[in-house]
Amino acid sequence: MKHSRISLSLAAALFAATVSFQSLSAAHADTTLLNVSYDPTRELYKDYNAAFAAKWKADTGETLTIQTSHGGSGAQARSVIDGLDADVVTLALESDISAIAKATKKINPDWRTKYPHNSAPYTSTIVFLVRKGNPKGIKDWGDLIKDGVEVITPNPKTSGGARWNYLAAWAWANGQYGGDEAKIKDYIGNLFQHVPVLDSGARGSTTTFAQRELGDVLLAWENEAYLASDEFGADKFDIVVPPQSILAEPPVAVVDGNVDAKGTRKVAEAYLQYLYSAEGQTIAAKHFYRPSEPKLVSADLLKKLPELKLVTIDDPIFGGWAKAQPYHFGDGGTFDQIYKPKK
Amino acid sequence: MRHELPQPPEAASNVWHPATTESRTARFILVGVALVFLGLFLLLPLIAVFFEAFRKGPAAYFAAFADHDALAAIRLTLLVAAIAVPLNLVFGVVAAWTIAKFEFKGKAFLTTLIDLPFSVSPVISGLVYVLLFSTHSALGPWLKSQGIEILFAVPGIVLATVFVTFPFVARELIPLMQEQGTTDEEAALSLGANGWQTFWHVTLPNIKWGLLYGVLLCNARAMGEFGAVSVVSGHIRGLTNTMPLQVEILYNEFNTVAAFAVASLLALLALVTLVLKTLLELRYGAELAANGGH
Repeated sequence: MKHSRISLSLAAALFAATVSFQSLSAAHADTTLLNVSYDPTRELYKDYNAAFAAKWKADTGETLTIQTSHGGSGAQARSVIDGLDADVVTLALESDISAIAKATKKINPDWRTKYPHNSAPYTSTIVFLVRKGNPKGIKDWGDLIKDGVEVITPNPKTSGGARWNYLAAWAWANGQYGGDEAKIKDYIGNLFQHVPVLDSGARGSTTTFAQRELGDVLLAWENEAYLASDEFGADKFDIVVPPQSILAEPPVAVVDGNVDAKGTRKVAEAYLQYLYSAEGQTIAAKHFYRPSEPKLVSADLLKKLPELKLVTIDDPIFGGWAKAQPYHFGDGGTFDQIYKPKK
Repeated sequence: MRHELPQPPEAASNVWHPATTESRTARFILVGVALVFLGLFLLLPLIAVFFEAFRKGPAAYFAAFADHDALAAIRLTLLVAAIAVPLNLVFGVVAAWTIAKFEFKGKAFLTTLIDLPFSVSPVISGLVYVLLFSTHSALGPWLKSQGIEILFAVPGIVLATVFVTFPFVARELIPLMQEQGTTDEEAALSLGANGWQTFWHVTLPNIKWGLLYGVLLCNARAMGEFGAVSVVSGHIRGLTNTMPLQVEILYNEFNTVAAFAVASLLALLALVTLVLKTLLELRYGAELAANGGH
């Protein structure tokens, strides 16, 4: 009879669904830790998670499953605010973690003092990725506005990485023109006249430069520059480290409200603390993040991350994110003043 | 549609008349335009997907499926479709039956409501569930205290998928059932069949092709949905990423081969669905024509 056959197959489908559902929940029931992070840290945390899980097993005998979630830093903060059950957050900007602390009270307001170096176990900076042999001879920020140079950078209105690019250029011009803001704006305006496409995100710009082969120089995160050069062939690009750039400190924090509810505080704290160990710092350096404790890392690895003058966002030029964000990137801010889209 | 055209009276004469009046050139141009369009917009991208997937050879292609996260994404996608499609199958039949066979107040409103997921952007559909179940909503904290996870977990993904695939079965069946009218059912009832018998032996055979088509479309969308699922997923690797989300992640990680390998699997699932449909049509073609179905 047709009737029973259909209901039988329906029951079978539901049963199969329930079984696989349960197996998913079972995987969830082990000691698990959820690290909510941002896009470019995927490779870093893949290695780090394996290292920490092994150490945790050796220390306590517990098998630990570490889950990670990656996305745009702002969007990830939003998800945690909406209820994504993160044990730890490792985001791109201090303001993203502060937003979670403010909106949910799940992170203590003093989170930045909980770990060394403003809770930033690794840092990064903006460098230049150029075509092999550096045919346009780009060495410093001033070279970006030479005739015939095309610069690839994303839109600072939509991309966090692009804001760092913008501020790094600003900091250089500030030194160059002795703080004369009219001249700085001239330089930045001129710089953006050399940008043929403003992508909405950092990965988009990398693709534009590396895959579509547009432009002579890509302003990029140091780790992104190495990743792109690994991915598309080291014979195609050179990495140029300018004499001065900006220091980005991607911070980490335990989500206190969540770990207390789940009983994972001990392991969550150990997870972040271990980022500062010799092994954690070495893994960060291997993925081209600058370790906060360089003395723990072999000189061989550090060779690829040469010393340069680094300006921080808390420098008086900028006065911290809370001030720099509206001043430069808000409606009518400096970017709106200097940027005229090409007709 | 394979309606027999009524023979025009001239057909009896010796002169052959084409069905349309366009010249040969016009017909060639029209067919050509259609083929070029199909080739450019459907076939070429499909070929490109497989070309990119196999660019580094079959070993790299299959290695993409050995990855734990990719396997988890495939499993999750199948699970979500296995829940969403039967649910919408039952709902679609019930809704189409109600709308096509009964007269009641608010029928037009109900029909419009069913179309809602078609007219709303999937991102909004996802955000609606975030608003409903997030920690600031009325429901969220209570669910959390009961240990029930909906948002950023499998149930949320299922809910969002059910929402966006809601209209497919019903939309396919409503015109069909309206066209068929209620005479067959009335005959069955007057001959002494009860409600269930009428449904299983009269209505269901009449609508089965439309139903199958609706289910196939519903399934394709359930497996392919990106926007709504992306909003409610939380993007936890190996846990809440479906295949479309995994494709995006892999692509953004410069892992082009793996991205297109997973994409090719999605495309293959779609192709298998199409082939199945065609095979069924070939096998039951005669019956199909007799029923006047699709």
